[in-house]
Amino acid sequence: MALEHADVLRAAHLARLGLNDDEAAHYLDDLGRILAMVDQLQTLDTEGVAPLAHPLETTQRLRADEVTEPDQRETFQRCAPAVEQGLYLVPRVVE
Amino acid sequence: MHDKTLTELAASLAAGEFSSRELTESLLARIERLDGEINSFITVTPEQALAAADAADAARARGEAGPLTGLPLALKDIFCTTGVKTSAGSRMLDNFVAPYDATVVEKLNAAGTVSLGKTNMDEFAMGSSNENSFFGPVKNPWDGAAVPGGSSGGSAAAVAAGLVPATMGTDTGGSIRQPAAFCGITGLKPTYGRVSRYGIIAYASSLDQAGPMARTAEDCAHLLGAIAGHDLRDSTSVARGVPDYTAELDAPLAGLKIGLPKEYFGEGLDPEVESAVREAIRVYESLGATVREVSLPHTHFAIPAYYVIAPAEASSNLARYDGVRFGHRCEAPTDLTDLYLRSRAEGFGEEVKRRILMGTHTLSEGFFDAYYKKAQQVRRLIRQDFLDAFDEVDVLMGPASPTPAFDLGAKKDPVSMYLQDIYTIAINLAGIPGISVPAGFAGGRPVGLQILGTHFAEARLLNVAHQFQQATGWHLRRPALAEESL
Repeated sequence: MALEHADVLRAAHLARLGLNDDEAAHYLDDLGRILAMVDQLQTLDTEGVAPLAHPLETTQRLRADEVTEPDQRETFQRCAPAVEQGLYLVPRVVE
Repeated sequence: MHDKTLTELAASLAAGEFSSRELTESLLARIERLDGEINSFITVTPEQALAAADAADAARARGEAGPLTGLPLALKDIFCTTGVKTSAGSRMLDNFVAPYDATVVEKLNAAGTVSLGKTNMDEFAMGSSNENSFFGPVKNPWDGAAVPGGSSGGSAAAVAAGLVPATMGTDTGGSIRQPAAFCGITGLKPTYGRVSRYGIIAYASSLDQAGPMARTAEDCAHLLGAIAGHDLRDSTSVARGVPDYTAELDAPLAGLKIGLPKEYFGEGLDPEVESAVREAIRVYESLGATVREVSLPHTHFAIPAYYVIAPAEASSNLARYDGVRFGHRCEAPTDLTDLYLRSRAEGFGEEVKRRILMGTHTLSEGFFDAYYKKAQQVRRLIRQDFLDAFDEVDVLMGPASPTPAFDLGAKKDPVSMYLQDIYTIAINLAGIPGISVPAGFAGGRPVGLQILGTHFAEARLLNVAHQFQQATGWHLRRPALAEESL
């Protein structure tokens, strides 16, 4: 499956990763070669093979619905770029 | 002091030959003197280390010392450490001081070990040479022109250079075993889920696993016992008892059935690496093991499957770096989208961007089934190859890497770099444990013998590795640099 410039821009947009045109061209070349390597997978017949998401195939354990974590907002916000009154600050979203 | 194993240092501390403070001061001075050139540490933490050493000496004076009390080590800069920068080798986290400790760190602290600092690594553990670090490449202590391997390159180089007797690494596709091989040390990747991933900065969550890097298998056994176990904070950690990994180290190997995967001795394998590995296998035969060829027929699909699954998981895991809650934020964003786009463009390096784009593309509408679902199907076939092989043999052996350490700057094309991991990557897809032990040299650079076992066979792997180290002296060899004493 050949990759196109627009595919790289679409992935960059979905990933919210700023790329200029030169960078997109550079990654188009790299990703094209990586995908060519990955395309070897298509030569293998996997009809009827169940996908494996996790090497041990364990099931998710459940625990009682109890509060186990104390409030650590101040601690966790200490490494934030901008906070005010316990809130994270970002550029204005709604004018 | 810098030349001893953890086990030897523990005996010296117990006998009162020197204190943990004296040992710590000696190694800190050595780091100060030698690491400017090697660049194996991102952050050295002398104050915290000396405080921990004093606490360890005080515990010993009270008669409360455990087997690891007062022993120095260092942590790959991917383990969150309270109050100390945790960068993951990235500009994105250059300003990140973790508000909590990883479970591995918590357990090591509880065992009384003394962390000297945080070691260099490929950015977000993406790389096989340590050249992808925001903090600069690491030099291989055996040869300054060579890479130390990656992604735990700083962790391997620090041990090889005698800066610290052991380190903690992580391994997603070979990141403990390959640098251990390149730097002539011993490195163990445990079974997926054996060690909690809580507080380890995530790369590919179904593959990531932490493990010890040290001079000997015996030291790795002590460290694995300290860090393994179920953790309520990591739902993928396995609820299964932790054995005493040192208990079986001395078990004789007579009757051990070794399988040699024929796919691991094929095209692309450096002849000197092959002869070192075959010589190591002859040592096992002399110890009473039997050897037979086996096949892992889907081996050559492992790298393609990995480069779908790992970037897909990475693109999801790295979505959290948004410039809002922690990490790098661009200057003067004009709006929220601009904040995301520029913070991420500035914070991530080239390889990380490549994998985010790759993963985002393969997960996107219209491509998911052809790539991600297909790769997961192939992953099952790869895992089954190993399970079938372990019906026939106890362990598998082969080279950890097709070549010894390559030169800095030698692999400019990402695909050629990815292909270096041909012998390590399938192990993560299957979730089985693997260890690399020093087994000789090729072109003056170390060669690693990789030993693989079935899920939760760490005690057996450590036994098999330890017996090799009783019969050979490769793990005792040191680079000229490490033999310099202060």
